[in-house]
Amino acid sequence: MTDTAIGAVPITDSEALESPARRALRRLFHRKGAVVGLIVIATFIVMAVFAPLLSPYDPIATSWTLVRKPPSALHWFGTDDLGRDIFGRVIYGARASLIAGAISVGIALLIGVPFGLLSGYRGGFIDGLISRITDAMLACPFLILAIALAAFLGPSLGNAMIAIGISTTPIFVRLTRGQVMSVKVEDYVEAARAMGNPRWRIALFHILPNIMPALLVQATLSIAAAIIAEAALSFLGLGQQPPAPSWGSMLNSAQRFLTNAPWMAVWPGLAIFLVVLSFNLVGDGLRDALDPRER
Amino acid sequence: MATAFHHSRESTSAMLNFIARRIVQLIPTLFFVSILIFSLQHLLPGDPALVMAGEERDPNVIAHIRAQYRLDQPIPVQYVYWVKGVLSGDFGESLRIKVPVLDLIKQKLPAGIVSAVKKGTAWDYGANLFALWGISRPNFWLGIMLIFLFSIELGWLPASGYVPLTENWRASLASTILPAFVLGNAIAAILMRHTRSAMLQVLESDYVRTARAKGLSERAVILKHAMRNALTPVITLGALELGTLLSGAVLTEQIFSIPGFGKLIVDAVFNRDYAVVQGVVLVTATIYITLNLIADIAYILVNPRLRA
Repeated sequence: MTDTAIGAVPITDSEALESPARRALRRLFHRKGAVVGLIVIATFIVMAVFAPLLSPYDPIATSWTLVRKPPSALHWFGTDDLGRDIFGRVIYGARASLIAGAISVGIALLIGVPFGLLSGYRGGFIDGLISRITDAMLACPFLILAIALAAFLGPSLGNAMIAIGISTTPIFVRLTRGQVMSVKVEDYVEAARAMGNPRWRIALFHILPNIMPALLVQATLSIAAAIIAEAALSFLGLGQQPPAPSWGSMLNSAQRFLTNAPWMAVWPGLAIFLVVLSFNLVGDGLRDALDPRER
Repeated sequence: MATAFHHSRESTSAMLNFIARRIVQLIPTLFFVSILIFSLQHLLPGDPALVMAGEERDPNVIAHIRAQYRLDQPIPVQYVYWVKGVLSGDFGESLRIKVPVLDLIKQKLPAGIVSAVKKGTAWDYGANLFALWGISRPNFWLGIMLIFLFSIELGWLPASGYVPLTENWRASLASTILPAFVLGNAIAAILMRHTRSAMLQVLESDYVRTARAKGLSERAVILKHAMRNALTPVITLGALELGTLLSGAVLTEQIFSIPGFGKLIVDAVFNRDYAVVQGVVLVTATIYITLNLIADIAYILVNPRLRA
């Protein structure tokens, strides 16, 4: 029980000497699922960064002699309807998916967290207004809102990221607001106020660091959702535009050749599944690792 | 007896009060939803008239589109016109097919939702792996793989298309099994995860221990005492998952070529039919809000303690 009281930890307790971030990391690495997830994510990041070195062929080079060839020693994942190497396209496709996941969640954090802080900390009319807008956005199903936004913005990978980011924002507003409400009555916030700190300082330096764990967990899970959303928008033709490779648009063309070239559908789908599963595993792991109730 | 009657009347009126309060709370949310959906078009960069005109760059055509859709009027005026229309059931006219938007939505709604709700709930309570699989695999990929397996390789089920139940129930069932499975198993995975944790929590509670100590059969303890309480969070989450279901339906319908709600919005997007897009989003949001209201009411019906 002693380790919950700040500053009153017995020095003999070695776990208490660790910084909270270190402890969370150590606990995260004890979870097999999360470790596997991290390895898979790292692999895909390496793939995306070094795509030109790893890809055996140009991902947009077409060849009429190689149309829809099954997997072979030359083309590990086979070729697509335009004779392009699917392995290369899956590698390059990781770029679109990972960037879309990171940037959309970045947008959602950049808009959502300040509004959540404002809403939760100020209360009153501003809180009411922000909360109603958040409710309204949450009432529109995520993907339908993203599709509508992407439609109004016009089809491109950048616009898809903006659309997904905006659709994800209300989750972060609500989460931040809830966290702020529970943290702002804590003694240390009261103490900071008593010392005469301005409101913005309290919000940024006293409240925000303490709600970070919850935001981190949600951000990880949201990246998973954003990657699926990007693939969905690209599948519909609202994301990455051809011939640039994206797992979603690869699945779209694969659907038309399911009878003759089923391998076209296997690899991009498997890639989406693996990356999304990994982010979900890491998110779940982080949630457990950062939960103060589970020591 | 008299006090019991009095008590039940009191709790009924408290419940009606609660329901009335929740319905009143709906109004501001719906108001904000309508503003949000309406402003989608105006908040985003780009001139809607130019987008609607497409390749056409003739200033006369663009001016005509502006006048026709009242885009030349101040935004608040446009909003009032739109809301007035929506309230009287007029969502504007679909630009492409020249059919009132509401008619389109009414035709498509049942196909999308019925196909979605039908299956999946009967899924066996597997392990957490199933839940993770449910949230991590893209709906559209599973759909494509199932078509490959059951339609192309095995030839058991049709690959696409939708047959209404009234036309031929066997063909209808065959055409909805795959899409319903795709949608259903994702939701089942999520609900399973929540039911499991709710049930685990309830089974550890004091009243379950008391019920067992009274000598009730395990069956009675689980069904009468534990299940009812564990259901409360599941009801709310079930309603919240409807959003996922509607989102999932968009792609699932696309893959199975089901002329449903989801396909309607996708087709509208590609035809720059903004009235339809706005209408679909507004209707989905309203359904979602209403179902959450029903979930809240079901909540207090299941848990009498909340009625006070």
